[in-house]
Amino acid sequence: MNEQNAIDSASLPNRSRLDPRADEHTVTIYERSVEGRRAFTAPVDEVPEVAIEDLLPAWAVRERPAELPEVSEPEIVRHFNGLSKKNFDLDTGFYPLGSCTMKHNPKLHERVAALPGHARLHPLQDSEYAQGALELMYRLQGALGEIAGLPHVSLQPSAGSHGELAGLLLTRAYHEDRGEHRHKVLTPDTAHGTNPATVTMAGYEVVKVGTDDHGGVDIDDLRAKADSDVACLMLTNPNTLGLFDRNIEEIAGIVHGVGATLYYDGANLNAVMGISRPGDMGFDIVHYNLHKSFTQPHGGGGPGAGPIAVSDRIEPYLPRPQVVREAGPCNGSGPLFALDNDRPKSIGKMRGFQGNFGVFVRSYAYICSLGGEGLKEASETAVLNANYLRARLGEEDIASYLPIAFDRICMHEFVLSGRGARDELGIKTLDLAKRMLDHQVHPPTVYFPLLVEEALMIEPTETEPKERLDHFAEVVRSILREAREDPEIARNAPYTTPVRRLDEAGAAKRPVVRQGMGSNPGDPGRAADKPAGASGAL
Amino acid sequence: MSRYTSATDADRAAMLDAIGVGSLEDLFAEIPEAVRLRRPLDLPPGMAEQEVFDHLSSLAARNRHADSEVTFLGAGMYDHYVPALIDSILGRSEFLTPYTPYQPEISQGGLQVMFEFQTAISELTGLAVSNASVYEGPSAVAAAGYLAKQETKRTKLVVSRGLHPHSRETLVTHAAGYRMTVEEAPLRADGASDSDALAALIDDDTAAVFVQQPNFLGTVEDLESLGGAAKRTGALFVVAADPLPLGILQPPGELGADICVGEGQTLGNRLDFGGPSFGFFAADQRFIRKMPGRIAGETRDVDGKRGFVLTLQTREQHIRREKATHNICTAQALNALAGVVYLSWLGKRGLVEMGELMARRTHYARESLGLEAINPGPVVREFAVRVPDLDGLFERARAEGLNPGYRLADTYPEYEDGLLVAITERRTRADIDRLAALVGSVREGAAA
Repeated sequence: MNEQNAIDSASLPNRSRLDPRADEHTVTIYERSVEGRRAFTAPVDEVPEVAIEDLLPAWAVRERPAELPEVSEPEIVRHFNGLSKKNFDLDTGFYPLGSCTMKHNPKLHERVAALPGHARLHPLQDSEYAQGALELMYRLQGALGEIAGLPHVSLQPSAGSHGELAGLLLTRAYHEDRGEHRHKVLTPDTAHGTNPATVTMAGYEVVKVGTDDHGGVDIDDLRAKADSDVACLMLTNPNTLGLFDRNIEEIAGIVHGVGATLYYDGANLNAVMGISRPGDMGFDIVHYNLHKSFTQPHGGGGPGAGPIAVSDRIEPYLPRPQVVREAGPCNGSGPLFALDNDRPKSIGKMRGFQGNFGVFVRSYAYICSLGGEGLKEASETAVLNANYLRARLGEEDIASYLPIAFDRICMHEFVLSGRGARDELGIKTLDLAKRMLDHQVHPPTVYFPLLVEEALMIEPTETEPKERLDHFAEVVRSILREAREDPEIARNAPYTTPVRRLDEAGAAKRPVVRQGMGSNPGDPGRAADKPAGASGAL
Repeated sequence: MSRYTSATDADRAAMLDAIGVGSLEDLFAEIPEAVRLRRPLDLPPGMAEQEVFDHLSSLAARNRHADSEVTFLGAGMYDHYVPALIDSILGRSEFLTPYTPYQPEISQGGLQVMFEFQTAISELTGLAVSNASVYEGPSAVAAAGYLAKQETKRTKLVVSRGLHPHSRETLVTHAAGYRMTVEEAPLRADGASDSDALAALIDDDTAAVFVQQPNFLGTVEDLESLGGAAKRTGALFVVAADPLPLGILQPPGELGADICVGEGQTLGNRLDFGGPSFGFFAADQRFIRKMPGRIAGETRDVDGKRGFVLTLQTREQHIRREKATHNICTAQALNALAGVVYLSWLGKRGLVEMGELMARRTHYARESLGLEAINPGPVVREFAVRVPDLDGLFERARAEGLNPGYRLADTYPEYEDGLLVAITERRTRADIDRLAALVGSVREGAAA
């Protein structure tokens, strides 16, 4: 342990307790711990007092308590409130993160999700006593099916990537049931990273399909690669360039022609609700991201939910249980909605219980609020906002540095290339993004999709007013103007954030992924692993 | 104007003008007519906020929830008290409404929460590395199977029948994708996992062996001896654990577990009819570059200030694509925050007190019911008994606003008259005595 390290290890906890400016530093909850402090008071225990050693065999009893912090309630609240203030969030400002659909999260949804009938309902409650929850799920299934144009819905998958995996497992079950063994899945080179990762997890081999000059699937390449070994084509439409693939009917024809399924990655569904339906385009399987199109708050990286909808031929294989409506008895008693586990061809369960029900409540509330017309208007406005921002960023003094990757009408998002800014101003897309942080806007998705150099993928969503879009365009303009005079400013940005650029390479090279606790048995060789200055023993 | 949007007619006209098109319809010209939806979506019309509230309230009112009955139902999710400070902290927009911390300079709060969460999970499990959350319990078990496949290149997974039925089924579903078979070892007559039966299934092609702590029937498993057979053939030993009783139980990592996964609902998350909660995934140091999902790591900024970033991202789908260690992207960050706030609230001593309180009440309940135990061995939060007239008990109990527990026959046909009873700090002695009295009267009725 070098000297710096020793000083830090010794001084951090003390400093956190004694220094009134401690919150200016980064102090963990463990470093706030003071022996003997507590927040929890156990309820009165009215059962006979028995020593734990008399209840459990010696080999089972923990020898040393887990090193959880000892902190009072007021200090726990201050700690986490303090942390929250180091986050930028959607309720604070513009968040045009491409492919993430950072639309407003209506406050009503938190209230209805917290109703005890929802929040305090046990997942194994008898159907008879969970009719409200099952009806909500059944209605949500129906609404999602209508939006996708595919009749059969499973709400079970936990997020988009989990829905993708379900989709490929369904594809496998479908083909195997027909005695077919296929081993390849096609993904466009513009696909989200989850698509190829899912292909491997589902036991298939990835075959990439190219992009044509218009930003769509390269039809010739697709035709060349589509054969009887192909199980599925995974596609996003509009794709990750924000472009609607106008050859979709031909693509569907080619894929179905070789007996493969066509899978719709619903990350971009926000562009087409009520306007065009994946089922009508020829897709067999769709996943929805309820945390994108349907307003579940993103939570700093979840929870989400990734329901799927499928066509008739895929239906027998859907995960179990399925929520079904049964004909109730004539007297009106007895359950109407039930969980059906009797599905012999089902791929089985994707997870425990019925899925992220709390997310379903919020998304169902959203669909109720907007109705069919409102959903369509939401998509129209999302596309209007994206095209308006595209036009604003297409103004000469911006577009000459940040040319649009494919110059045509976009859908809900679009992709710029930072090539010009890099070559002519000497600032990379990363620098541009970091400088945006000083302007209190969240940067777009950067360096994706991979086929666009120095990519900036911008998705404003329908819930932003025109003046926020104008402001963003002005932020971009001012950063470019500033870079023309002094590119060093952007290269060293940000300046006003809780921390400045962080050493990510160092973090990966010598990973410190937990607080050091000194003599931790599960924690071998901590001292050797630590970078200079990492927190140490308490 | 649709709810939650701002564009007035004047805005729309100005924006279309700037775009250089005449109408909204022109923005959709790229979509072929054949795939346009030329009718309204067949959904009910939109509703005012108060109407939506009333509609959802009326649905919620038709559910019998854990405040409207005395419930002994567990089997994977449990009626624990969620302290008020969790609602307050999780309700903050700064935690609720950002996404994955792709820009660490403006996401230090969320990243530090992940780091603190990882630390707590490492402490509970006795394993060096934890990720920042996965979806939930059973799919975390499946993720452990996928790591074992990549690590060992073997094709077989062996599970104890003591593993939650949802975990076993989810593992089979996922294993069908990554091309592995799953074989199941029966439990011993006393409801504990059977090390001989496991050993009989474990061979040189076995990638991992799975048990649960406590097991589905509530038995505290002797992990050290169960792991022995796995270790002999080089298979990984995976323990699925309820993290709350780990406050009083020996950490799996100190008893030979290579990987410990589990369902985090018991740590400050609501029942929510099954989700969202969080799953956790902890492993030995040697798997740090094979873990699924996000991991936060400590580092320094250019001024030398301490900070946190998402680290080891070359494992992940957005970088490594088809070679990623897992496809997970969005996980359960907000629910993991609830977990670390809850553990901070319980604290070092409170976690032990909670575990001991559950264990004492569980033993009190098992003795009070006076029924034949299916698993007479050590238990801490749940136990299984045979009930002579199970249907009669349910009928009487439900009529009196009491839910006696989980009918084991739903997933374990071999325990036809089995009842799984869960105890939490919410179940008082009076609640337990009520259940015992009901059991007594039903038994007398059956005997008469």
